[in-house]
Amino acid sequence: MSRLANDPAQSARGLAQGSPGAIPITAGVHWIGALDPQLRTFDIILRTANGTTYNSYLVRGDQGVAVIDTVKLEFADDFFRRLESVADYAEIRAIVLNHLEPDHSGALPELMRRAPQARLYISTRATSMLKAVLKPKESDRPFEYQTVGTGDEVSLGSRTLRFLHTPFLHWPDTQCTYLVEDAVLFSGDVFGCHYCDARLFNDLVGDFRFSFDYYYAHIMRPFKEHVVEALKLIEPLPLKIVAPTHGPILRERPRRYVTHYRELSTSSLTERIGNEALSLIVFYMSAYGSTARMAECIAAGAEETPGVRVSLYDLEGGETGPFVDLIEEADALAFGSPTINGDAVKPVWDLLSSLAVVNLKGKLGAAFGSYGWSGEAVRMIEDRMRGLKMRVPVAGLRLKLIPTDEELAECRDFGRRLASALVGGEQGRVIDFADLG
Amino acid sequence: MPKAKITFDDISQTVNVPAGCRVIEISEKIGAGIIYGCREGDCGTCMMEVVEGWNNLSEPSVLEEKVLRDNMAKRHNRLACQAQILGDCKVKPA
Repeated sequence: MSRLANDPAQSARGLAQGSPGAIPITAGVHWIGALDPQLRTFDIILRTANGTTYNSYLVRGDQGVAVIDTVKLEFADDFFRRLESVADYAEIRAIVLNHLEPDHSGALPELMRRAPQARLYISTRATSMLKAVLKPKESDRPFEYQTVGTGDEVSLGSRTLRFLHTPFLHWPDTQCTYLVEDAVLFSGDVFGCHYCDARLFNDLVGDFRFSFDYYYAHIMRPFKEHVVEALKLIEPLPLKIVAPTHGPILRERPRRYVTHYRELSTSSLTERIGNEALSLIVFYMSAYGSTARMAECIAAGAEETPGVRVSLYDLEGGETGPFVDLIEEADALAFGSPTINGDAVKPVWDLLSSLAVVNLKGKLGAAFGSYGWSGEAVRMIEDRMRGLKMRVPVAGLRLKLIPTDEELAECRDFGRRLASALVGGEQGRVIDFADLG
Repeated sequence: MPKAKITFDDISQTVNVPAGCRVIEISEKIGAGIIYGCREGDCGTCMMEVVEGWNNLSEPSVLEEKVLRDNMAKRHNRLACQAQILGDCKVKPA
């Protein structure tokens, strides 16, 4: 049958002209996804200047067919048309969802209706999300699924799918699926990007380097430590093709994208400084100089602690991007803000609302500020830092208007206590509940 | 009022608390490393390991047990937003 013998180059040109058929990517493997060239914003947070693709794949073995990921619901017709061009629903033995985000699971319920004999394979972390995604009605036939982890395999006879558990890239349930015989990694959103080009393959499409890095910066960067763990599973694999769920299929030198992920996940700032000390960064805004003086004294107090390196930054003199880079590498952050009309000032919120792209878990946070009437800013900043999963080991410091010498000494002590918590000097304390404030 | 001691193992700090407090009420104030998501026993983010005094926390509800199962909890894992401190115990982030 000619379905497996299509000429890839011809099919790629056909797709560019709007052909509805599946595109062969290697023997026994077809792309059956959808193009979304009109999309300009993805998931609210990402700009998509030339749209995106929802890549799904069909793998044929001599004992059945597997479908790997589906598409966004609005594109289900394209997906089913392409699927039908290379397989019958009755042939489908396995459906694999590498993660359950709606842009890949949108056509799943209908696919499961059309291929009721197929078994669904999802990661061990996906169970709780499956019902929320499928929203089954009581009258629906109960769906069958199997959870899989690293090393588990599904045989299609002549072809074998092997799973890699790669959680948090970028959903908790993310996995990758490796086609053993052909060295194809169906990587889910890993190694993906929002870039829509009907030529589909990385050696044929336009320049997507920016899109690749931009996607990493917004989707994978918050999970760098998990990227590093996933790379330990991916790097040893023979790789002929990396087939992600968005953007070009990486068939020319696929390993360089793996290497690039390794580079992007390595801390560039730390490598340049080569500093073993723990880093505390004190950010502040000041209207009349009072919060600035507090910041200087807090920094000076913290500097007294050996092993702590303190940096002082006036938010008025910087831009959010580089500050986010600094924050990613820091061990502790202190934010100083005056209270104006019952709130912290906008530059502080601008920075504190730009941190979704970095992992703050476990960093120490502290807040301080001078105020005129009510001083709400400090508590608000503390709450925000807790919301960002930071620890706030020292209760915030608020001073009314112009700080006195005694109050500045209090600031130095505040800095000392923050630095002490950073190096673990508060350990062993017994505190009474009433003193927690 | 009965008192109890809870020790946060990751920061080696102990707090004397009135019995019946939830762990969340203490851990956030002291700046321990347990982190929180929904704060209402649904997301599993605040899973902690009870190092000592397992029996000195309130019994988990049916709902908490379900969330623990869904998040592949190990033995002696609890949700810090749900567990009440009834006697001395030691906890750390799971």
